[in-house]
Amino acid sequence: MKLKIIAGIGLLLVILIVSCQSEEQLEFDRYYSAGSIVYQSRCQNCHGAKGEGLQALMPPLTDSAFLKANRALLSCSVKYGLNGKVSISKKIFEGQMPPNDLAPIEIANVLTYVTNSFGNKMGTITSQQVEIDLRKCR
Amino acid sequence: MRKLLAAILVILLWNACKFNTGNKKTLPILGSRQTATKMVNGQSVTDTIYQTIPAIHYINQYGDSVTNKNLEGNIYVADFFFTTCPSICPIMQRNMLNVYNAFKDSAGFKIVSYTIDPQHDSVPVLKKYADKLGISGNTWWLVQGPKDATYTIAKSYLVSVEEKNPAGEYIHDGFFILIDKQKRIRGTYDGTKAEEVSKLIEDIKMLKAEPASATSK
Ligand code: HEC
Repeated sequence: MKLKIIAGIGLLLVILIVSCQSEEQLEFDRYYSAGSIVYQSRCQNCHGAKGEGLQALMPPLTDSAFLKANRALLSCSVKYGLNGKVSISKKIFEGQMPPNDLAPIEIANVLTYVTNSFGNKMGTITSQQVEIDLRKCR
Repeated sequence: MRKLLAAILVILLWNACKFNTGNKKTLPILGSRQTATKMVNGQSVTDTIYQTIPAIHYINQYGDSVTNKNLEGNIYVADFFFTTCPSICPIMQRNMLNVYNAFKDSAGFKIVSYTIDPQHDSVPVLKKYADKLGISGNTWWLVQGPKDATYTIAKSYLVSVEEKNPAGEYIHDGFFILIDKQKRIRGTYDGTKAEEVSKLIEDIKMLKAEPASATSK
C-alpha cells in the first residue's frame, strides 16, 4: 500500500517535471515544425535542403557565427530581401534575395527552423521578437 | 509516417518501371515524325523522318557563337532559365550541376542553357553567372539569342515558355531535354526533381553507348 502511494507520488512528480520542461519545449517544437514547412516552400529552392546554398550564387545557412551576430536583422532580411555584399563562411556573396510576403509568425517559424537546423542552435525566435525587430528595419 | 509510406511506394513503382525497361536498351525517339518514300535502285523505300531541332545561332558566355555546327556529333542536354529567376532555376541549376559533374570530362557531351531574358542576360552577365555557378570550360554553355528564336526552339523541344507574368517573372517549364547526335529528342526530365535528373544521367550513359546504326531506326 505504502509502496503504491510512493510510486504514485513519484509518477506525479515525473509528470510535473516533464510538463514544466515541455512548456518551453512545446513552443519550440511548434515553431520549428511549422518553420520547416515554410522553409521547404519559400527558401529551400535557393538555400538547399540542408542549408548548403548553391556554389557562389546562394549563400549557405550554416554560418552560425553570422546568424548569431545578425540575429536581430534576420527578420528584416527575410521580409524585405537582402542584397549587396555579405561574407558567409569566409566567402563573399553578392546576390539578391527577393522579399518574402510572410506574416511575423511565419517569419518566426522559419527563423526558428533555420537557426536550429544545419548545425545552428539558437533557440526559439518568437513572433513577438520578430515584430519588435521588424519595426527597426532600415 | 504517411510520407514514408508514400516514398516507399514511389520507390517500388520506380523500380517496377525500371525493371520493365531493363532489357530494352534504347531510348525512345520523341517528337513528331513523318514518312518519306524514295526510290532506291528501282524499289520504293520508306524512311521515317523524325522531328529534329532547328538551326540555332546563339552566343555563349565567352562571347563565342554557337550554331548547330558547334553541337554536331554531340549528345546534349538543353534547358531554359534566366539569371535573375527566383523560383525554380536554383533547383534546376543544382540538379544540372550533377549532370555537369558526371560528364564534364567526357568528349561529345554538352549542356546548353538558353536564357529567356536576353535583354538582361548579356554575355558578361552570363559569364559572371557561370563563374558563380563554378562552371568552366566548354561543357556547359549558357547562351543568349533572339527571344523569338528561343521560343521557337522551346516549342520544338516540347517545352513551354511564356512572357513575364504580372509579378514580372517569366513562367517556364523546368524541363531538361536530352538531344542525340542526330538532333532528335530522346527524353524529357523534370529538372526540379533530383530523381528524374538521376535517370537523365543514366540515360545519357545509355545514349553514349548506343551504336550509330541503332539510331537509324
Ligand atoms: C531566390 C533565392 C532565395 C530565396 C527564395 C531565399 N533566399 Fe535567402 N538569400 C539569397 C541570397 C542570394 C542571399 C545573399 C544576399 C546578398 O548577397 O546580399 C541570401 C541571404 C540570406 C541570409 C543571410 C546570409 C546567410 O547565408 O546567412 C539569410 C539568413 C537568408 N537568406 C534566409 C532566407 C530564408 C529564411 C528564406 C525563406 C524565407 C530565404 N532566405 C529565401 C537567396 C534566396
